[in-house]
Amino acid sequence: MSELTEAGAERLAQAVERAVERAVFGSEHTRREFVRLVGASTASAALAAAFPLGAARALAQDKVGPIEKKDLKVGFIPITCATPIIMAEPMGFYKKHGLNVQVVKASSWAMVRDLSINGETDATHMLSPMPLAISMGVGSQSVPYVMPAVENINGQAITLHKKHAKVKSAADMKGFKFCVPFDYSMHNFLLRYFLAEGGVDPDRDVQIRVVPPPEMVANLRADNVDGYLAPDPFNQRAVYEEVGFIYMLSKDIWPGHPCCAFAAKREFAEKMPNTFKALLRAIVDATHFASDKANRPAIAKAIAPRNFLNQPVEVVEQVLTGVYPDGLGATKRVPDRIDFDPFPYHSMAVWILTQMRRWGYVKADVNYRKIAEEVFVATQTREAMKALGYKPPEANSVKHTFVLGKTKVFDPDKPAEYLGGFAIRRA
Amino acid sequence: MPGSRARVALCSVLIGVGLLAAWQVAVGGQPAGKGLPGPLAVGGTAWEMLSDPFYNRGPNDKGIGLQLAASLGRLAVGWLAASLVAILLGVVLGLSPTLYRAVNPYVQILKPISPLAWMPLFLYTIKDSGWAAVLVIFMSSVWPTLANTAFGVATLKRDYLNVAAILQLSWPRRLVTVILPGAAPAIVAGLRISIGSAWVAIVAAEMLIGGTGVGYFVWNEWNNLALTSVIFAILAIGFIGVVLDLGLGRLSRRLAYSE
Repeated sequence: MSELTEAGAERLAQAVERAVERAVFGSEHTRREFVRLVGASTASAALAAAFPLGAARALAQDKVGPIEKKDLKVGFIPITCATPIIMAEPMGFYKKHGLNVQVVKASSWAMVRDLSINGETDATHMLSPMPLAISMGVGSQSVPYVMPAVENINGQAITLHKKHAKVKSAADMKGFKFCVPFDYSMHNFLLRYFLAEGGVDPDRDVQIRVVPPPEMVANLRADNVDGYLAPDPFNQRAVYEEVGFIYMLSKDIWPGHPCCAFAAKREFAEKMPNTFKALLRAIVDATHFASDKANRPAIAKAIAPRNFLNQPVEVVEQVLTGVYPDGLGATKRVPDRIDFDPFPYHSMAVWILTQMRRWGYVKADVNYRKIAEEVFVATQTREAMKALGYKPPEANSVKHTFVLGKTKVFDPDKPAEYLGGFAIRRA
Repeated sequence: MPGSRARVALCSVLIGVGLLAAWQVAVGGQPAGKGLPGPLAVGGTAWEMLSDPFYNRGPNDKGIGLQLAASLGRLAVGWLAASLVAILLGVVLGLSPTLYRAVNPYVQILKPISPLAWMPLFLYTIKDSGWAAVLVIFMSSVWPTLANTAFGVATLKRDYLNVAAILQLSWPRRLVTVILPGAAPAIVAGLRISIGSAWVAIVAAEMLIGGTGVGYFVWNEWNNLALTSVIFAILAIGFIGVVLDLGLGRLSRRLAYSE
């Protein structure tokens, strides 16, 4: 796709140049005379000296072309990770970017995946490992996906049943039954990482089940499971229902880790480039709005109703503002409990892929960098951020620093070495 | 005897009131919103939902009336299609003992499969969640009607068929004037069983696919642990089930005949 966009950009640049030339010379005839006399590149250079061509080109690119399809459906799972996707409907971010979007609630991650693959939704909320896995054809038919935006960073937690209030570390969790929302989720990989760093083998010493997030609280209440690493509001809801307590926030494993994502079939992005561009801008715009903590209470009110999360506003607000009871009697103040940053660093994808390899979801060696670049289309995010006047990061790939674990710094350029450093692994 | 009828009704009402009272007492004393809700709380929710059953606040929040209508729509399409196929196929199998015995093993294998087990396959192949749900209804309601129709036709009095043959009736006429009326009681009994199992399946299917329908409604309220809404929806599902069954029961009484 990068070739396609580049070719498009090139054509656009030429068209802009032509328009400026016409404006300067008045008629096509005069222009041709001038170009014949001095040559095309000199003509262009001469013009550039007198007129900021670069800016004119960028300005033209900032405008999204005619939108191919205005009425869109975007799938979501009712969790706070989907905040930007959901709030963009009631708070008018889709409208602002010229789109008429309906957000459609799905009952499970498998369903959100199938709705998207089947084309019943145009774009969708996914867990950030899903577009990687689906593009590779792991745990799904192989369909090329692009993931132009991370929805949220942080915002997950390990919640345990109240009867485990005395648990101090991962080592005390041997024999536990855990839930995660999906195999290909940050939840699964972070829980496995956390357990393995504590010397607990996630495949042998505990049981990890896949349960749709909304059903986790009911399972915890029924004492079917000992705990879960899950998206909010279901950690906070367990506290609200007085059945569990928040043992650890996911940001205390990897601060700034990606979680959910905004994704679409590559086919959609290529066939409807302007629609895709507008949609991405709406998402980036909403994500930026959500990153301002002052806006969080208003967002909580907008997304709590039955049409969206269907949760008590109080619970959603506790999650989004980071002022919450932990279920053990304390009130915590963690402003970055959940945060919002759309930039899909390639290095995040590489980390996810190392974990997929580590736990045997991917059997053969993979070209980490290539897959990361194909799916996490950071260049498009960068462009959208610039167009909206937000400052994108300098590099597409960075080193990530963990709080928990033996290897504190993850270097995306040395994935094999990183993988080799783990004591417990299946590969 | 009108007297005994009144006595039955009175008895029925007393049992109902007794059950409700026991329920209220069992859950009473708990603060609102915690634990299992009592009948008064459910009644409050029911009143709220029934006072505005047809509101539509976007694709994920519709009134209970619209949800039930969506489920009934799916039920109608799936059940009617299944009934048509099952009756036609059933007649063929009923008329040909050889074919009946040849096909029977396959029917026996397919019959006990939970219709929901087909869901992933349908989603993958037909690529539309709405039609996948309709096909689940189809699978749940095709077998009872098929089996009953084949049985009804096979056990039809040979004399009737012989008379039709002597009169040299064309096959379509034989079907309409002799075979279907003769097998009607058995067919309707099959239809009655299948609409019941279809109604059971649709709720579960909608919990899986989401979107609209009373099954989705139950799931969505479960997300929120809003048990009053869940219980109200359960009662509404039961009520609709009874209405469907009564309708077909009335039909079967009209079609009954004695030889």
